[in-house]
Amino acid sequence: MIKILNFLFLLVCFLTAISLEASPKKLLSDYNFFKEIEKQIPNENVIPYHLASPLFSDYTYKFRFVSMPNGEFAQYNYNEVFNFPVGTKIIKTFAYPVDDRDLSLGFQLLETRLLIKDKNGWYPLSYIWKEDQDDAELKYIGKTINAKWIDKNGVQQVNRYRVPNINQCGSCHNLNKVIMPIGPKGRNLDVDFFYQHGMENQIDYWEKINILENIPSNRKNPTAIWNLESETIENRARAYLDINCAHCHREGGSAGNSGFYLSHEETNNTSLGIMKKPVAAGRGSGGLKYVIKPGISEESILLYRMASTDPGVMMPELSRNMEHKEAIPLIKEWIDSIN
Amino acid sequence: MNKKLHKILLSFIFLITLSDQVWSITIKPGPLSYEEIQTALIFANPGDTINLDEGIFNFEDGLSLSIDNVTIQGKGMDKTILSFKNQKSGAEGLMVTSNKVILKDFAIEDTIGDAIVVKGAEGISFIRIRTEWTGGPKETNGAYGLYPVQSKDVLIKECIAIGASDAGIYVGQSERIKVIDSVAKFNVAGIEIENSYYAEVIGNIAEHNTGGILVFDLPDLPQQGGHSVLISKNKVMNNDTKNFAPEGNIVGKTPNGTGIMIMANENIEVKENDIRNNATAGILIVSYQEETDDKNYNPIPNKIYIHNNTLVNNGYDVDKKRAGPISDVIPGKAPEIIWDGVTPISEWLRIKPSKRVILGKNFSDKGEADFVNLKLMTKYLIPRFHKIDKNLHNYLGEIESLEPVSFLKEIN
Repeated sequence: MIKILNFLFLLVCFLTAISLEASPKKLLSDYNFFKEIEKQIPNENVIPYHLASPLFSDYTYKFRFVSMPNGEFAQYNYNEVFNFPVGTKIIKTFAYPVDDRDLSLGFQLLETRLLIKDKNGWYPLSYIWKEDQDDAELKYIGKTINAKWIDKNGVQQVNRYRVPNINQCGSCHNLNKVIMPIGPKGRNLDVDFFYQHGMENQIDYWEKINILENIPSNRKNPTAIWNLESETIENRARAYLDINCAHCHREGGSAGNSGFYLSHEETNNTSLGIMKKPVAAGRGSGGLKYVIKPGISEESILLYRMASTDPGVMMPELSRNMEHKEAIPLIKEWIDSIN
Repeated sequence: MNKKLHKILLSFIFLITLSDQVWSITIKPGPLSYEEIQTALIFANPGDTINLDEGIFNFEDGLSLSIDNVTIQGKGMDKTILSFKNQKSGAEGLMVTSNKVILKDFAIEDTIGDAIVVKGAEGISFIRIRTEWTGGPKETNGAYGLYPVQSKDVLIKECIAIGASDAGIYVGQSERIKVIDSVAKFNVAGIEIENSYYAEVIGNIAEHNTGGILVFDLPDLPQQGGHSVLISKNKVMNNDTKNFAPEGNIVGKTPNGTGIMIMANENIEVKENDIRNNATAGILIVSYQEETDDKNYNPIPNKIYIHNNTLVNNGYDVDKKRAGPISDVIPGKAPEIIWDGVTPISEWLRIKPSKRVILGKNFSDKGEADFVNLKLMTKYLIPRFHKIDKNLHNYLGEIESLEPVSFLKEIN
């Protein structure tokens, strides 16, 4: 009798394990997101989008999509991530171009990250692209990919690209200890996108195809496009810092303990780092006394850590090995302009 | 990775996810040990123990754990060594973000940043853990050895922290903390309790740091107003390592040769410690003197109760650069216990000496340990009338001892 019970117990355990393990699919193609997966051309119900300003991830290109259950709506929110319905999948593929001067030569796809919302909330998954690039496989513990590409100046670049492990996803995608998306907020999405049918504002389009509701009639301006020179330096810098830093550097974020907050809506000067002293920065301070010393970027820890590629110093801590050469002058100019 | 190993690894993942049963697995050092241990950390179930075998594990990337109630158990802090000498990514050796985790009997060496960071945990135990930068004290060492922050019910027991460029054992913005029977040496700060509530630092040895034991409260942080910290029965001696903190950090201001230093905070009890041979001071009580706009912050310490300590041969060579206010007014050997004497203006205007620092009996090799109130308020406001006060009888008194700290739930 005990033997049978034991056997039944093990069987139940086994079946539970199978059913638990069965929900994340082994291959990216199993989700049927794409018409042509290797070219990242989505099916009709998978909507591509982009952000006014994206997170810098070592010069990778990112292809973003969202898939929502039929007939359901996300709820608009300007400052926070839209409330998406259960069953939503947010899809993001990271890729290096073969040659950044000629994108028609194609891409090396690295990984596709998913955030899936079930009844318990969001959970992350990462699919790593196979060498032959015909599909991507689920992997929980990350991977190192030694990637090569030719940059915009025709220079051969190499990078030890780290696919994060599942725990590391939670380092950035964490708000009050709950996994959350970062990008899809009103202020990041309210810009034009080049759809197959032509150029259109993303919020207008999402409204038109009935996937977004509670959109105010008078929408606030989106955050600046960080490298669009017609915007003010301050708006560009704040937009850049918001999307690159504020997922951790906000109340309830992973760097909440620093009291250094870089959200777009932050208005307190000390919280923004102005004349704020480092707390637990260690050698990350670089011997400097203030996070931001107004008017003197050379004496500001913010710029020092942004420019560093030493893992013990640099910020952000994850998903960056390289210096973002184009953004550093922007942040420098902004700090130098603060009175 | 070759196919066969991959299969083994997959079956191994499968095994530990098979059921809710409590599993215990053992990982040995080897070329795949990073993947094995990180896999185990991801797929662990609450209640699991992950055993690390004897030997040196070499890791290039940081480890992380976010599952509650997991134990990572080594074979001893000198036997199971996680070396991050060649670390290429991750800002720390091990990051824990879950509750009730127990770390036991292993060492983390030479991380590029902090050794072990624990964020927002309710219940975290470090037992016989060693964190060390093996090249000795260097500015390029990581900032913290054991670094729980914004956590509750923190136990650090019989641990050793060596060579951190900020603090060997650092508990920040936390609540209910016990640091007991541990050793901190060759760090800038040996043991530091910062912006925290209800802490006990008992029976530790802090030697050859720049400062032995620090209790700080700093502005512009989500949790401040540090209070209720007991520093008892520690040996705080020969803190003679020159301050090697990268400039800009608050610990960079710790004078060379400080025994116990209290900055801001309320209800701090320092009793029955053995404090010897610290060049600047045995016990130093100071206000936060930097500028700040933080209106919620109180920079002045209060109810600092110091009694039954033994203080011998401290203050014999005051660090002029970092403790100028002391060396400016005291030529030669400084008293064993030093208070900067900063108070709110209203209190300063009164005739009676302010009793923010309360002294019981403290002993020296020559009888009673001496004390000075530097009276810095008077020095700054009306320098002509400035006079230090070395009459410890003005400060004698007794207040209630702190209640023992008890964890919400006993975590082990």
